[in-house]
Amino acid sequence: MSTTERPTTPPEPMTPEIVSREGNSMVLSMGPQHPSTHGVLQIMLEIEGETVVKAEPEIGYLHTGIEKSAENLFWTQAQTVIERMDYLAPESNALCYALAAERLLGIEGKIPERAQTIRVLFSELTRMASHCVWLGTHGIDIGAISVFFYCFDLRENLLDLQEAAGGARMHPNYMRIGGVNGDLPQGFLDRFDALLEKFPGRMRDLRGLLQANPIFQDRTIDVGTLTPEEAVRWNVTGPALRASGVAYDVRRAFPYCGFETYEFDVPTRTEGDAYARFLVRLDEMEESYKILKQVRKRLDTPGAVMIDDPKIAAPPKETIALSMEALIHHFKIVSEGFRIPPGDAYASVESPRGELGYYIVSDGGNRPYRIRTRPPSLYNLQVLKHIAPGNLIADLVVMIGSLDPVFGEVDR
Amino acid sequence: MEVGPGHFLLAKLDDVARWAQSSSVWPLTMGLACCAIEMMTVTAPEYDIARLGSEVFRSSPRQADLMIVSGRVAQKMAPVVKRLHDQMADPKWVISMGACASSGGVFDNYAVVQGVDTIIPVDVYVPGCPPTPDGLLYAVNLIQQQIREGGRGGVLARG
Repeated sequence: MSTTERPTTPPEPMTPEIVSREGNSMVLSMGPQHPSTHGVLQIMLEIEGETVVKAEPEIGYLHTGIEKSAENLFWTQAQTVIERMDYLAPESNALCYALAAERLLGIEGKIPERAQTIRVLFSELTRMASHCVWLGTHGIDIGAISVFFYCFDLRENLLDLQEAAGGARMHPNYMRIGGVNGDLPQGFLDRFDALLEKFPGRMRDLRGLLQANPIFQDRTIDVGTLTPEEAVRWNVTGPALRASGVAYDVRRAFPYCGFETYEFDVPTRTEGDAYARFLVRLDEMEESYKILKQVRKRLDTPGAVMIDDPKIAAPPKETIALSMEALIHHFKIVSEGFRIPPGDAYASVESPRGELGYYIVSDGGNRPYRIRTRPPSLYNLQVLKHIAPGNLIADLVVMIGSLDPVFGEVDR
Repeated sequence: MEVGPGHFLLAKLDDVARWAQSSSVWPLTMGLACCAIEMMTVTAPEYDIARLGSEVFRSSPRQADLMIVSGRVAQKMAPVVKRLHDQMADPKWVISMGACASSGGVFDNYAVVQGVDTIIPVDVYVPGCPPTPDGLLYAVNLIQQQIREGGRGGVLARG
């Protein structure tokens, strides 16, 4: 028990100074350890009775310095820490960063067809997995426990595929600048087929549990309503924006990885409340399923999965013993990475939470000079102080859940 | 061994208390980062921590026995973690889940506490980034073993 004797910094008092206290109201601190804030969000609430007068989200409890850490890593290594920003959609983060780096390298058009297909595959799998976690936790917040078990059961199947391809359940680090890290393993397609077969039935279960449930409807309909104008003004993106009737989806507006060649709809609702956001996300999972079925057909065509450029991608392992050039290129890539010409580039993708963007700056070195993220959760979360006043505290829980913030991404 | 009606069982009070304690280690609902998702996964069907009697995640530190530090502890969060640990009633146990909580992990920088054991005592460390749910289950197993075999816990020997 020697660890208790080490000197520690005294806990700072959590004084609620950031909200004013007037008249009959009292100040309540919700979080940072609270079962329904989905992580480490603290909300300073000014309440009158049970009604929220003012809500001020206090963020930063998970500030990790990821953008700074990435500046000390090679371009490829930086993906490791970047995947840990939005930990529910690691593949979207890695993909977006890779797209920005490829734009700066000028190799956007040279990514092999099969690599693009695999990227689409994993960005949609990660969307489904993320929405599974969202639905499970949103259900628990409202008091529906069973949906959590159904969601996490489905999520296990999705993670199994990630683990098969990338080697890890949550942060597979499978996307690479220039393609993906190796072809799909043997037996992957059989498991993928099994998932595609299981998915529609499981989706029916999820809808059956909540969609027509009168308690769920009572808790979510007309809660946290956002008009389209407000949503655009507050920079809300993703399902929360589409639930307000604005059909903006980065996959449609600025296609990447060949999304323009896939057939899918952008589901929208007009109500703009928590129930509409719930329906939009469920519809989105079904659209992802549509895309995955098209991906499955294209995966039958074999091909390269990494760009054919020894300055960016290490040559195949089997050539190293046979060719001097291959050995040198391999050594250079492993020991000092590759360099990216000076300049800056921005790329954005549709992550499960909205428009995720990476702005990267290079000074010509083998490490990023600066990486700036545009995390959708941060922008979606700030709308909370606009929609919360006038509602009950219990409804605040529903609003946080329906905005689906991930704090790894908000605080970075 | 079967105990029928009218039969009785002799045991030391401490052993019974240890058996009861080790079969109901209730964790605190405190999710920090990526590992928190895997911490939720252990309660899901495939892993089912209910088999160990630890499925009751308590939101109040006063009702919890086990703190699972699930993820990176930012400098701003450290005083909160410390306070939550102080608020938990003795005897209490701590699992440091994942590389970040155990040592700072890949984040060797200004923002992350380099190991949660610099602010609170840790009983079991789980490696991984994030650890698999099996890893966390094993850690809970180790805590149970520690209680049964005479570590902290029981009515007489409190650490």
